[in-house]
Amino acid sequence: MRTKILELLDRNAKFTVSDIAAILGEKEEDVEAEIRMLENEKVICGYTALINWDRTEKDFVTALIEVRVTPQRGNGFDKIAERIYRFKEVKSVYLISGAYDLLVNIEGRTLKDVAFFVSDKLSTIDSVISTATHFVLKKYKDHGKILVESRIKDERMIIAP
Amino acid sequence: MSKSYVNKDILNMPKSGIRKFFDIASHMDDVVSLGVGEPDFETPWNIREAAISTLEKGRTSYTANQGLMELRSAICGYLSEKFNINYDPEKEIVCTVGASEGIDIAMKAITEIGDEILVVEPCFVSYKPCVTMAGGIPVVISTKMENDFRLQPEELEAKITPKTKALLISYPNNPTGAIMEREDLEKLVPIIIKHDLLVISDEIYAELTYGTKHVSIAEFPGMKERTIVLNGFSKAFAMTGWRLGYAAGPAEIIDNMNKIHQYIIMCAPTTSQYAGVEALTCENRDDFIEEMAEAYDIRRRLMVSEFNRMGLECFEPKGAFYVFPSIKSTGMTSEEFCEKLLMQEKVATVPGHAFGESGEGHIRCSYAYSVENIKWALSKIAMFVSSLK
Repeated sequence: MRTKILELLDRNAKFTVSDIAAILGEKEEDVEAEIRMLENEKVICGYTALINWDRTEKDFVTALIEVRVTPQRGNGFDKIAERIYRFKEVKSVYLISGAYDLLVNIEGRTLKDVAFFVSDKLSTIDSVISTATHFVLKKYKDHGKILVESRIKDERMIIAP
Repeated sequence: MSKSYVNKDILNMPKSGIRKFFDIASHMDDVVSLGVGEPDFETPWNIREAAISTLEKGRTSYTANQGLMELRSAICGYLSEKFNINYDPEKEIVCTVGASEGIDIAMKAITEIGDEILVVEPCFVSYKPCVTMAGGIPVVISTKMENDFRLQPEELEAKITPKTKALLISYPNNPTGAIMEREDLEKLVPIIIKHDLLVISDEIYAELTYGTKHVSIAEFPGMKERTIVLNGFSKAFAMTGWRLGYAAGPAEIIDNMNKIHQYIIMCAPTTSQYAGVEALTCENRDDFIEEMAEAYDIRRRLMVSEFNRMGLECFEPKGAFYVFPSIKSTGMTSEEFCEKLLMQEKVATVPGHAFGESGEGHIRCSYAYSVENIKWALSKIAMFVSSLK
């Protein structure tokens, strides 16, 4: 039941306890208890909506920053990564293979905000050798959903055999 | 009044019961619909891309009447792998413009004036008219909710007369969502063989079964030679608009269906045929089908549970993408119920009556919609039902 609950919530966080109980053919109280347990164990870390901000008035910028660092003896990349991911502007940090080491996703209100973050906070960390900042201009697809779909409305006939 | 130039039989043929609701609903704003009979998924991109690439290459001419050999071979491979029925792509397959054309040309090919064709209801709206247009007499067998809308051997036997030529069945079923399992079909086979009947089996929803796999009646010993299997790409690959289907059956019947097909259609759309080859032969063919079936299954369970909760008894459909709850407890006819629901809550459903007399007392609700849409519509239906109490 655990995995099934997680798969359903991953598919749609709006499923209620009673929806999940109906879909899995389980008792509501059992589903509720299991979800509480998953939350307590931090398997479920939170609930969020996938929003296409480009369709709203809200203005902000997203940047992907390639960071090259010198790993530390004993700690490898973990300590440096921590010094970066603790900043609240940072939305995600991945250790990756290839030409650089960390991929940092950051959000700010303006280009300037992001630029200052990089120059003041990121580049000044001792182990950071270099950074390359790429601003996101347009999001075509995110979390498996196409965001630029021109066809928003259901174009099927209202009733068909 | 001036004389009508229209053939009387056509003139007297009733319009599909769905039409009326469509006319009302399509003139209203903000209707939440559970009324469509087609997938909400888009055709997988690799299939669309394959079609685009054939257009770029200029593959825009007619194909062989019975369809591209490549497609027919792919269909045979697929039918054999999935449903354990084996056909010769040279002689036993014709590609049609949707399974809809298959129904029509099958009827035209087999029916003599006055032949009785058994039509199992509730069913898709075109069966009876296709029988009538072919000069046959549709004889209805009504299935019942207490039997999960499965055709019972005694119901079949009771309707057979010396004039009976064929039996037309469709499982998984539109509109009930019923299926026929192996044991159910097994009981029909001896009766069909004893009375030397032909079977036309519309298996368009074969890929959409829940908790059990589809079984084709053509698989049983002695049945392949007396069965026309109709299938297509619309439901399995979300390709309704491509209009591509196929019929598989005994060489003599297929050859003669192809004769009609050749005179009235020429061939199924070429672009669609190439898309069909990609659909059947691509590596991730079953991944898409499984993913889609899983999404339908989630919605199906939600719907069944919600209808039962609001007091509209709903048997568990094990196939297609419809639920068929009973609205008898409201004391209304299915048409009244659907009309009031549409007017009061702006939710479009289809009265069971549109699919035959035995559909009366039920409504058809499709779950080929997003979960959000379904939940919204269900909450409105619940409101409507409680307003009746």
